[in-house]
Amino acid sequence: MTITNKKISLRFPRHLVDRPVVYHLIKDYNLELNILKATISSEEGHMVLELRGERADFDKGIEYLTKTGLIIDTLCREVTRNEARCTDCGACVTICPAQAFSVDSISRDITFDEEKCVVCGMCILSCPSRSMELHF
Amino acid sequence: MAKTIEEINHKIRSGKAVVFTAEEIIGVVKEHGLKTAAAMVDVVTTGTFGPMCSSSAYFNIGHSKPRIKLGGGKISLNDVPAYAGFAAVDVMIGANALPDDDPRNRFHPGEFNYGGGHVIEELVAGKNIKLVATAYGTDCYPRKKLETWINIKDLNEAVLFNMRNSYQNYNVAVNLSDKAIYTYMGTLKPNMGNVNYCSAGQLSPLLNDPYYKTIGIGTKIFLGGGEGFIAWQGTQFNPGVPRTETGVPKRGSGTLAVIGDLKQMNSRYLMGTSMLGYGVTISVGLGVPIPILDEDILRHTTVTDDEIFAAVIDYSGAYPNVKPDIVAEVSYGELRTGNVMINGRKVPSASLSSYPRAREIATTLKEWISGGKFELTQPVASLPGVESGVKFKLLNERPINGSGG
Ligand code: SF4
Ligand code: SF4
Repeated sequence: MTITNKKISLRFPRHLVDRPVVYHLIKDYNLELNILKATISSEEGHMVLELRGERADFDKGIEYLTKTGLIIDTLCREVTRNEARCTDCGACVTICPAQAFSVDSISRDITFDEEKCVVCGMCILSCPSRSMELHF
Repeated sequence: MAKTIEEINHKIRSGKAVVFTAEEIIGVVKEHGLKTAAAMVDVVTTGTFGPMCSSSAYFNIGHSKPRIKLGGGKISLNDVPAYAGFAAVDVMIGANALPDDDPRNRFHPGEFNYGGGHVIEELVAGKNIKLVATAYGTDCYPRKKLETWINIKDLNEAVLFNMRNSYQNYNVAVNLSDKAIYTYMGTLKPNMGNVNYCSAGQLSPLLNDPYYKTIGIGTKIFLGGGEGFIAWQGTQFNPGVPRTETGVPKRGSGTLAVIGDLKQMNSRYLMGTSMLGYGVTISVGLGVPIPILDEDILRHTTVTDDEIFAAVIDYSGAYPNVKPDIVAEVSYGELRTGNVMINGRKVPSASLSSYPRAREIATTLKEWISGGKFELTQPVASLPGVESGVKFKLLNERPINGSGG
């Protein structure tokens, strides 16, 4: 089980400002949360949250937020590699502007360094097996 | 010391065959010399894994009650149109087929997330596939509509057929224009910002037997994780291209048409593939054993990436317009370092075919043979060699209006 710890930035459109969204994240999705910033007016809300929980719960929580109509800023997205689909071809290596991919000179396996990724999205459609995925 | 395939099979049966991959054999021959190694080694295994567009699968779904004649009707698999030009219940699907509602390149570059290649991948993975068909109905086949799930385990026959793959060398692609282009050789950045290649090089089947001395029609091979056979020379077979002194073609040359039972294959080696702005295809894993019958055959298997050269072609101009110009010639050894020098410029290089998976295939085939699970076959006919005069022709385009053919 992997624990995910992430900051997300939420915008509440007007009709959602008075909904108990945060409460549901805690109660229904077992997420621990820390409000880092909150500005709420009667017109719009903006909140930066730090969420912590199991990956599956985290994903479900995000799905709930999106379905509710909240806008999650793209800054918080991350790109991951579906290892089961990656064939180690290397087509992503020269596509990535952040040099997040590297080739092992002996095994020729392709390593993906998430830390270097700047979430530009270039690799997502350039990967022939569609192994690169965009997540919140 | 010449050997025969029967002698090698005898050793395979008794578990005594000496087998190396096309990568390992380079060091073995360096260490022992050609003569000693030729006496010692029985088989060299090769492998490749990359997008192979001319791939298809055909199968027989069995007769429905009442019967339907799909031939001449219309059929789709997971909404991807399949070919229904055969008899009652034989169906064929091509790797490049797209659902009718796919936007294709209407919004350039199109994504091409799902097509025939993915249907073949899912079929072989044992997933249920939605089949929808309409037919015109006959007295003996009255039914006009069929909607059903199908599964590979229920099909009578399920066969993978590729009319061309395992290209013996291939173009290396660059883009000399000032905007990005999207090709079957991947995304090419403007002003030669990157260079893409697609070959297993020193592990590739036909580069290890450049004159088709052992690889022929009837050769049993590793195909998609199972066993298959070479059925014919592949389409666009072009043996007469320029070659190096040791016989290695410097341009796209021989190809293979292959066939095998889809039911024993594995989706790890048959994977639906999307080429941004180009289309959908399938990556196919293929491996060919090379029996070491004499020193000459062994010498060819010791080919290294440094000795394989390919033409760099501009996919923004020369390629689409079929101009013979080449930008440069580069070696696979250089391409694999991650950068190549082209006209005095260092250009980052990337591969579209998977070298690790090509190695995995060559190694698996080696294990099958050493383990006595896979015997070699004697080809029943040769592929057309250099002396055959077989040539790849461009279309001789003749306007239709005016006088008839
Ligand atoms: S392009 Fe895709 S399949 Fe190829 S190495 Fe990169 S992530 Fe893996
Ligand atoms: S999203 Fe962009 S930066 Fe991140 S790995 Fe893909 S290409 Fe590189």
